[in-house]
Amino acid sequence: MATAAATRDAVFKALADPTRRALFEQLSRAGEQTVVVLTARAGVSQPAVSKHLRVLKRARLVNGRREGRETHYSAQPKALAPLMDWMEFYGKFWAERFDALDEVLKEMKG
Amino acid sequence: MSEAGVATRTVVVEKELAHAPEKVWRALTEGELIARWLMANDFKPVVGHRFQLRTQPVGGWSGVIDCEVLEVVASQRLSYTWNTMGVDTVATFTLTPTAEGTALRIEQSGFSEAQEQNYKGAMYGWRSFVGKLESVVNEMNEGETR
Repeated sequence: MATAAATRDAVFKALADPTRRALFEQLSRAGEQTVVVLTARAGVSQPAVSKHLRVLKRARLVNGRREGRETHYSAQPKALAPLMDWMEFYGKFWAERFDALDEVLKEMKG
Repeated sequence: MSEAGVATRTVVVEKELAHAPEKVWRALTEGELIARWLMANDFKPVVGHRFQLRTQPVGGWSGVIDCEVLEVVASQRLSYTWNTMGVDTVATFTLTPTAEGTALRIEQSGFSEAQEQNYKGAMYGWRSFVGKLESVVNEMNEGETR
């Protein structure tokens, strides 16, 4: 069972790469697709696309469904939850810190 | 759905401060002042300087944030990396003078501008990506009963 931190790390690292973001977006928009179709749009080689898909799968952002000789990939948007949690956490964090900053400024001279 | 909307953007927080940018800048860049509103630190306003922000450890978190200064433009802009628990992000503060004092803005995103610049096709930039997340998440929420 992966820890929350490890899961979040995997999601961030998977999405840190622009090609992987593009693949994930493509699958989110267009639904299930094969490597061949994804490659035609990705502008990189098929082995490169397959490698990126493996990283996305490890982060559980993408699921692969085998059908005959082909694998159909689909986006798993629920895997974005750690990213959403992170954004919510830091939104609150900075709002609180800025309130504290305001207090410090009031106490400062000049 | 406003909560979901807030949560799906790059983290941006803004605050109006009734103090001049020069004074706000001091609070952002002098170690002793930073400690009073943010965390204990060994910050120096020098590009390339590596420092740590430290707070109480909580649960499985060490309470340490590893940082490196990326940009220092006095009274205008300060940017540093913000790396903790294996997640590498960048925090950028922007100060804009206003009639009342300063509009302070923090933007924290998952990827540095350097990484973004490696990929000039801004189509898949982080900003546009998180914008699109909103629609993905909205669709996701519609398909569920919460």
